Amino acid sequence: MSGTFGNPEVVQEEVDILLIGGGMACCGAAYEIMRWADAAKAESGIDLKIKLVDKAAMDRSGAVAQGLSAINTYIGDAQDPADYARMVSNDLMGITRDDLAYDCGRHVDESVHLFEEWGLPIWKLDENGERHDGSVDMPKLKDGGKPVRSGKWQIMINGESYKWIVAEAAKKALGMDRIQERIFIVKLVNDKNDPKRIAGAVGFSTRDHKVVVYKFKACLLAAGGCVNLFRPRSVGEGQGRAWYPVWNAGSTYSMAAEAGAELTMMENRFVPARFKDGYGPVGAWFLLFKAQAVNANGEVYMARNKEMLNDYPPYGQAAVPASCLRNHLMLHEMKEGRGPIYMDTVTALAKLRETLSPREVKHLEAEAWEDFLDMCVGQCGVWVGENIEPEKKNSELMPTEPYLLGSHSGCCGIWVSGPEDVGAPTSEAKEGVPAHLPKGWNWGYRGMTTVSGLFTAGDGVGASGHKFSSGSHAEGRIAAKSMVKYCIDNKDWKPELDTPADELVAQIYQPVRNFLEHKDFSTAIDVNPNYITPKMLQFRLQKIMDEYVAGVATYYTTNDKMLSVAEEKLGMLKEDAMKMRAKDLHELLRAWENYHRILTAEAHMKHIQFREESRYPGFYYRMDKNFVDEENWKCFVNSIYDKTTHKWTVFKRAHVDLVDKSKLFKPAAH
Amino acid sequence: MPTFVRTEKCDGCKGQDKTACMYICPHDLMKLDKDGSETGHAMKAFNQEPEQCWECYSCVKICPQNAIEVRHYADVVPLGGSVQPLRGTDSIMWTIKFRNGSMKRFKFPIRTTPEGSIDCYGGKPAADMANITKVGFFNQMNGYRAGNPAELIRK
Repeated sequence: MSGTFGNPEVVQEEVDILLIGGGMACCGAAYEIMRWADAAKAESGIDLKIKLVDKAAMDRSGAVAQGLSAINTYIGDAQDPADYARMVSNDLMGITRDDLAYDCGRHVDESVHLFEEWGLPIWKLDENGERHDGSVDMPKLKDGGKPVRSGKWQIMINGESYKWIVAEAAKKALGMDRIQERIFIVKLVNDKNDPKRIAGAVGFSTRDHKVVVYKFKACLLAAGGCVNLFRPRSVGEGQGRAWYPVWNAGSTYSMAAEAGAELTMMENRFVPARFKDGYGPVGAWFLLFKAQAVNANGEVYMARNKEMLNDYPPYGQAAVPASCLRNHLMLHEMKEGRGPIYMDTVTALAKLRETLSPREVKHLEAEAWEDFLDMCVGQCGVWVGENIEPEKKNSELMPTEPYLLGSHSGCCGIWVSGPEDVGAPTSEAKEGVPAHLPKGWNWGYRGMTTVSGLFTAGDGVGASGHKFSSGSHAEGRIAAKSMVKYCIDNKDWKPELDTPADELVAQIYQPVRNFLEHKDFSTAIDVNPNYITPKMLQFRLQKIMDEYVAGVATYYTTNDKMLSVAEEKLGMLKEDAMKMRAKDLHELLRAWENYHRILTAEAHMKHIQFREESRYPGFYYRMDKNFVDEENWKCFVNSIYDKTTHKWTVFKRAHVDLVDKSKLFKPAAH
Repeated sequence: MPTFVRTEKCDGCKGQDKTACMYICPHDLMKLDKDGSETGHAMKAFNQEPEQCWECYSCVKICPQNAIEVRHYADVVPLGGSVQPLRGTDSIMWTIKFRNGSMKRFKFPIRTTPEGSIDCYGGKPAADMANITKVGFFNQMNGYRAGNPAELIRK
């Protein structure tokens, strides 16, 4: 029986493992999991049923959909995973999980070597130090080929088809009969007999009138970070030009929170300083083309304002200061009236031309354009519209609206079980952690959240940023392996949903019912006192976050009073979300995406409120506590959400270094 | 920079149930107007929510008729420029036209293996269940970085 808009077909399915998402993390999981599932079957006859659902099409889903011009995490054979863990820590102002970063660091290159085998073109250096694009036949990385570094950890690629290639391998590994695209998972469901356990998930097809109810033993929730919870700088047609993909709706954080999973560092955010309006990447310009960022008078503000770094010891004194502090110095210039800020592309390219042959100059120009064309075509759109040729005219830089993510230069996310062999704590030194939560940093299954059976990877894993595309893939693989182990250990356990399927279906289709029931009350479809459109719900969320929770409107500042106002307004918004309208399946998708954004935003606000300091100057400032307080706040801020009372419990967890950070802070040379 | 569909070029993917652009759009923006009731152009696709377009070019690159182009965000970018790709199996060609009329063309590689040729487990070992709780993946390709144990100060 096929469904209708008002009366969808309900499909119930039981699997062992559900992969939620189709980005780098789930593609990594898909690749790794089938090998272990096959081994489990061969050894003990356990035939695991596995499925992947993606709200989009895997060829172009997730943060890498458009492509990338670099792989930002490649350790190489000359660096130690501990060096990587140190860098991650300093960039995130000292509060990260070394166990997670270290584990990612020691595994990540395996995924990069696979990408190259599968066909991803990776730039190489020849013996004369000249760079070649990835189509030239040169030794592969795994055989000692030398990548082109655009930074200590980054390597350059011809990455237009990066996701396409990684998805091809994932699809081949799983087989298309285990994959369902255009399924948007909206809610996780706990187990009837054990509320600390996951038992299922419910979602819907964005193509057919169909609600899907899954039961499973384990799932990998890897549905990206959160974009557009703050009012973006462009509010017309350009609001889609977010820096991170606009389809990342906070689904990972909100669904995990509602399932009872412990979140961590949700106060953290990323405010990338990027090319203005197009949000094109700056990394290659700084590191490969050696360009400098300058104020309107041509002064290098990082030099001019370098004393400001001394306000934040020790993080300002590392060889590479934390990303937020670099923003802090840029914002100072803007507030002092010395904007616009520019990337001095003209000087950089002129300098490079001095030593290059005409052939090399032509190649250099292509490299500069490819940097955008591979991953951010929109920036080229700005350049062509404004007649900007980088060798002739400098481009403006600007800090963007805030983003929440755990895989890039941010570390919000879910508290997960780490590796057991790197010296991580097995007890908790801080008081106030709810009794039912694990004490140490590992509890049996790597990548599992504090909810039994619920795993995450990529943007989902908190307190460990700088994984990027490759690290997210590797984390998906790590989680996949441990999910197989979990299912073997729980082979006789049967999941039972704590909510009847028909009730779950009713919840999911509530926005449709709101629409059908009330649509004839007024003559204008969008103005009706009985419901709110997802678009307006999003505008309201963005207005609250922008004006009270340190968005661009207040130059990223807030205080305890503003946060109280935000709390009240977000509470009403959350109530009104029950009156979301969906006039079609597309709007039903938007309705639930925005619900996920609201809950993620609330977590962000609650964490900023709890942390009585300004840990990330340049990303946000609590003006009532405008300092970094190492004594009281060099700790994790974690939280749990109660889906029945709709309340958050926020608490501290002790931070411990597993690698020596003092190596970062050798006295500066200048 | 929302996408737009050229009326005379789009063939609605020849009456199939879903078009290539609908299949690929990561944000569910492209829609086939089957009866023309939404756009006045029956059996042609359109971008149903242009202000949500990430300008990722997925639809532009996949369209078999090259019917999809991009008009840069009207609230941000001056008119007249265009950035148009032609994506092949191993490379992509970009034609870039500035507002002032000057042009650039670039060609970049996109993959080194034939599309669809990945043999994901070819030549790779089976997983060994004895290793399931150990670090490392089912296979090794010279990429596992064991690290100097002395760096782990609490171990």
